[in-house]
Amino acid sequence: MIGPRLRRAGRAVVIPLTTVILAFIVGGLVMLLTGTNPLSTYGAIFDGTGLNWLFPWVGGHSRVIAAQDLQQTLVASAPLVLTGLSVAFAFRVGLFNIGAQGQYTVGSVMAVWVATSFTSLNPVVHIVLAIVVAALIGGAWAGVAGWLKAAVGTHEVITTIMLNEIAIYIATYLFQEGGPLQGKQALGNPVSNTIANNMHLPVIWGNPDLQGLDVGVFLAVLAAIAFWAIMHRSTLGYEVRAVGHNPDAAQGAGISVARNYVLTMVICGVFAGLAASIDVLGWQFQVSSADIATSQVGFLGIAVALLGRNTAVGTVFAALLFGALETGTSAGNINSTTLNPELAPQLTYVIEGLVVLLVSTDLIAVRLLRLPRKLGWGGPGPGADLGEELAPDDPALDAAESLRPEPGI
Amino acid sequence: MTTVATPPSTPAPAGAAPAVGAQRIGIAGAVLAAIAWILTLPPIMARTAVPSIVLGLLAAAAGVLVVRHPKHRRLGGVTIAVGLIAVPLALAMTNQTAANVREVFTWSAVIASGLTFTTPLIFAALGGIISERSGVVNIGLEGMMLTGCYFGIFGADICSSWILGALIGIASGAVMGFLHAYFSLHLRANQVVSGTAINLLAVGLTGFLFVSHYGDNGSPGTLPQVPNINIPGIDHTAFFGSAIGNASVLTWVGLLLVPVVWWFLFRTRAGLRLRAIGEQPRAASTVGLKVIATRYAAVTASGAFAALGGVYLADGFDGSFNFDMTDGRGFIALAAVIFGKWNPFGALAATLLFGLSTALAYRLPTFSQTLGTLFLALPYVLTLVAVAGLIGRSRPPAASGIPYVKE
Repeated sequence: MIGPRLRRAGRAVVIPLTTVILAFIVGGLVMLLTGTNPLSTYGAIFDGTGLNWLFPWVGGHSRVIAAQDLQQTLVASAPLVLTGLSVAFAFRVGLFNIGAQGQYTVGSVMAVWVATSFTSLNPVVHIVLAIVVAALIGGAWAGVAGWLKAAVGTHEVITTIMLNEIAIYIATYLFQEGGPLQGKQALGNPVSNTIANNMHLPVIWGNPDLQGLDVGVFLAVLAAIAFWAIMHRSTLGYEVRAVGHNPDAAQGAGISVARNYVLTMVICGVFAGLAASIDVLGWQFQVSSADIATSQVGFLGIAVALLGRNTAVGTVFAALLFGALETGTSAGNINSTTLNPELAPQLTYVIEGLVVLLVSTDLIAVRLLRLPRKLGWGGPGPGADLGEELAPDDPALDAAESLRPEPGI
Repeated sequence: MTTVATPPSTPAPAGAAPAVGAQRIGIAGAVLAAIAWILTLPPIMARTAVPSIVLGLLAAAAGVLVVRHPKHRRLGGVTIAVGLIAVPLALAMTNQTAANVREVFTWSAVIASGLTFTTPLIFAALGGIISERSGVVNIGLEGMMLTGCYFGIFGADICSSWILGALIGIASGAVMGFLHAYFSLHLRANQVVSGTAINLLAVGLTGFLFVSHYGDNGSPGTLPQVPNINIPGIDHTAFFGSAIGNASVLTWVGLLLVPVVWWFLFRTRAGLRLRAIGEQPRAASTVGLKVIATRYAAVTASGAFAALGGVYLADGFDGSFNFDMTDGRGFIALAAVIFGKWNPFGALAATLLFGLSTALAYRLPTFSQTLGTLFLALPYVLTLVAVAGLIGRSRPPAASGIPYVKE
């Protein structure tokens, strides 16, 4: 027999995997209905992600292209790791941070502003300053929601939605034609100043002119490690998890719930602000009003966190999946004979929406995995273990528990 | 927006009479502040800011009196704030040329365009109220609205009739609502997560269907559109003619639905049951009400309402479908639900406020190139202030968002 620990780990992998596979199947059905071949489309998306670089038999020119695509996938995944962590951290204390998008937005504004001002600074100091300021403003923006929750009991879903929209309008205003932060050379074009070359994050793999992989990816990995360390090796993390399980009991045990709400939201905002800083300094180098309005990085963080079951490792893998999907379906990467390049990004949204929908309840995956046994297909298959009630210390249960809704929306 | 008076039934604490007095002073102060600004707008158009400054300062002074009263500290704070805001607003108006002020504040035009911005919000907000009153949070209004946008256009195109298009749009929203209901009621998913999924899914599905059906050409330009109604008698009068004389059919439907939904929720047996289920599902179930079935109906209906807002937006307002065209309107509607305290008339007031301020924002470039964008954030700031408890207290239905498990 396999031990409970291993079984839990298996469950944490198998349920999200089942969810993703289901989402891809339903996405395939949508394609079939509209007359697109799902198999060749998924094949084209896979090639677009650059993951075929991992296959040793891919060689020659294809290998060069695959390497570039894979670099883009990693560049797209890094901010998703961070916004995913932003949402996941809040889930662990029992808050739903829909506001990662707004925190990301104020972070990009500050990152680009700091990076294009104070040009007399030493570049290294300057880069660090831009990252730190972006993280702090993200933290402050999210802190407003945390403070309102703690002081007045206002539901964070509402406040973070409002803060998102406010951030987006303020940022659009700043960079628009005639706006106070519109670039000096950008008349007629709603974009910020461009960040100087010596202020770009160093590229560690690939060609800096072709969006090679920059060091921002390390920042994302470090943040995931920090997330794990805070959650499992610090008093704060202990308190956060305690409040997430049962705020009343935590309060009774002398933990300040209000303080944890504020601190948690600030940390969430810091993650989202970091995400913005590596995007701005790593490959965007400027921010436009159009970027602000269309960016979805923060919203996707919700899907990433949910699929990753609010754990650090899970978030990293989920971010890789979504980053790969985004890159694989981007207009430049998808093979246009297989799928209309305009159609591809829509497909990404469909699959992401399906993933979130299916992740919102474990019941579907659990029922599906129980099916073989129910149909009498012999001994206890993998579903036998999975179908059992979740063990009390399962991080998935943490998530489900912390998602326990409360009145106030 | 107005502060709700304390119900007479509450036992009067010591010093209740001064408390009521303080409340009156506070409200009077806020009214003075409003008058201070209105003086400088058409039709009065005072060209000197002096009376406005005096009134604004008076209002602030009234706020100072009120703020010392422990029970009305917030009202006092608000009064001080609006009094002090009225002064720069009045100064800004008197500094502009009279022609500019007249152009921006052409009230009939502001009302006409404000109503077009308000209409989609009314439908979605009514949907949100029905769903939340039954105890299901509906973050997915945005997605249901967007679905209505696409299928309204698609239906009008294939049926060559805007009414059939609207019906198809409504049906598509109802399907999305049903999906939300199935996940949050049957599968007991977290309602906020499932709503978020609906939003993402709607963006992808409508985009996918739109591109694969219409391709690069976009939706046809010759669609049968939601018609406007000319009201005989007033459509040629000076003010009302341009303000409401030529509004869309769906604008009137939306305005009419407000009292209808109110009457349903607060004056019919079914409405009472729906509200009971949203407040105390277990008790409601004990007396034999069908909690799950009612919630299914309410959430499905809420999708249909939101989708009708989408139909208006696409087939009445824009005349075409565009990728992700709802652009956060579902979230504004959600804000209106909260701002309006889960009451149809309150929500109507909130959507009118949001719609009119949007209309004003689009006229502001006459004053300043850029400020209009900032002004568009106003509804969200107001809502943030409102939910922070500064303007009365807004209390959601007690069981809103909590999955119901039958025992």
